[in-house]
Amino acid sequence: MIAQHFEYTVATSLGEAVSLLQKYGDRAKLLAGGHSLVPMMKLRLASPEVLIDIGRLSELSYVMEENGALRIGALTTHHSIESSEVVGRGCRSLAEAAGEIGDIQVRNKGTIGGSVAHADPAADYPATLLAFDATIVTLGPRGERSIHASDFFVDMLTTALEPGEIVREIRIPVHSGRSGSAYLKFAQKASGFAICGVSAVVDLDGAGAISKVAVGITGVGNKAFRGAGTETALRGQQPSPGLLRSACEKAAAGVVALDDIHASAGYRLDLARIYARRALEKAVERAG
Amino acid sequence: MLPVSLQTSFPKGMLMTQRVRITINGKLFESDVEPRLLLTDFIRGVAGLTGTHVGCETSICGACTILANGLAVKSCTMFAVQADGSDLVTIEGMAKDGQLHPLQQSFWEEHGLQCGYCTTGMIMCAHQLLARNATPTEAEIRDGLTGNLCRCTGYQNIVKAVQSASGKMRQTQNVAAGD
Ligand SMILES: Cc1cc2nc3c(=O)[nH]c(=O)nc-3n(C[C@H](O)[C@H](O)[C@H](O)COP(=O)(O)OP(=O)(O)OC[C@H]3O[C@@H](n4cnc5c(N)ncnc54)[C@H](O)[C@@H]3O)c2cc1C
Ligand code: FES
Ligand code: FES
Repeated sequence: MIAQHFEYTVATSLGEAVSLLQKYGDRAKLLAGGHSLVPMMKLRLASPEVLIDIGRLSELSYVMEENGALRIGALTTHHSIESSEVVGRGCRSLAEAAGEIGDIQVRNKGTIGGSVAHADPAADYPATLLAFDATIVTLGPRGERSIHASDFFVDMLTTALEPGEIVREIRIPVHSGRSGSAYLKFAQKASGFAICGVSAVVDLDGAGAISKVAVGITGVGNKAFRGAGTETALRGQQPSPGLLRSACEKAAAGVVALDDIHASAGYRLDLARIYARRALEKAVERAG
Repeated sequence: MLPVSLQTSFPKGMLMTQRVRITINGKLFESDVEPRLLLTDFIRGVAGLTGTHVGCETSICGACTILANGLAVKSCTMFAVQADGSDLVTIEGMAKDGQLHPLQQSFWEEHGLQCGYCTTGMIMCAHQLLARNATPTEAEIRDGLTGNLCRCTGYQNIVKAVQSASGKMRQTQNVAAGD
């Protein structure tokens, strides 16, 4: 339970963090909230020679709404997101996802940037980031990149981040008009991680038909994914309990589900269908 | 996949240390530590404050919960160097002038503990909960304490203790405010 030796440096600005990363290369890892990395270091699943602590970069801890998009700094903690009025208004399912993470202590330390960079297949945020077509903004030696969430999460614990790149911000387009979103999760009791988590966002037109719909599902597969079949079946339709039920049959179509001691693959696929329906029902109700 | 590098650049016997300054319960502790020293071990081993317990050391049980700059955190999931310059409160900092904190008093009165191993972490987490929500419902208390495990009590009396402390703390606030 004792980590390997390492050298510890503190980055005092985003620019300094980028140059430290460049200096140390793959010998170094960034340390944000430490709530994925420190446990891994204690188990010696990760043994970086150098830790670059970006946890004190308050310039990267913010939430704001600008030009129809939420901008969330990478170092914003789960607690700040959960309790942010701006997030609650603009992207309720993200606030709900943040509130579902671990426990008070974990939410006080863990950050959204660390969570997306870590890309745990059972993490909560990816479902919402996919459903809202969020963008992950990174900074590296070659400048800034904006990466769509659908391109960012590549596989289990693997992202599109290149060596030397830092996640600096998450951007989420805000839906206006009659729009509602919700995140619902079936958690593994002991760890709190998602066995299945579904984020749904629904826009209704003047006649009450579904003009836009997106479903993001986490915890079920190697990485979070969109319930594309469900979305297609709902677009342009008047929402009804029967329609939602039948559309959600396709929520995880074609997905190879994880299978472990916490839940079998079949059980996870069942949860995906049921939680997709419940999250959609809630989103429709909130779209009002 | 997992970035695994089990080599280290430091030859055995040549351990690098770093100076940290951490204030605990108003008192400054200064020490040269290895960066890999956990904050719990700094609190217990360097500062000698053994009220902060280690239950699991894997971020699950909450026994090691303390307040760092006002936030409840699991001190086994931080390196001491991360807390350099921070202001911590541990269970030893809760009683003032020989008077137990209302949470401590309530845990005692409501039999919120049996062996007491989880209690110090429970109290520090409950402190955070009440700071954010002075009048939590039973469900909110149970939800707020999900990061703290108790092997003895069955939680019933812990919930009662937090409810009772919430009442006591509101009363003192009202008295202070002159109601
Ligand atoms: C007990 C417990 C329960 C948990 N339960 C849940 C849960 O229910 N749901 C959930 O989603 N998560 C859960 N987590 C994980 C938690 O959300 C972590 O906080 C999160 O996954 C990582 O964020 P961090 O800031 O702690 O990152 P760190 O641990 O500091 O870093 C994680 C990884 O990301 C890299 N990194 C960090 N920041 C950046 C950045 N800005 N740019 C590039 N790379 C970066 C690091 O180098 C490291 O490889 C839990 C954790 C614990 C300990
Ligand atoms: S000892 Fe830290 S959470 Fe159990
Ligand atoms: S009182 Fe014994 S573990 Fe809680």
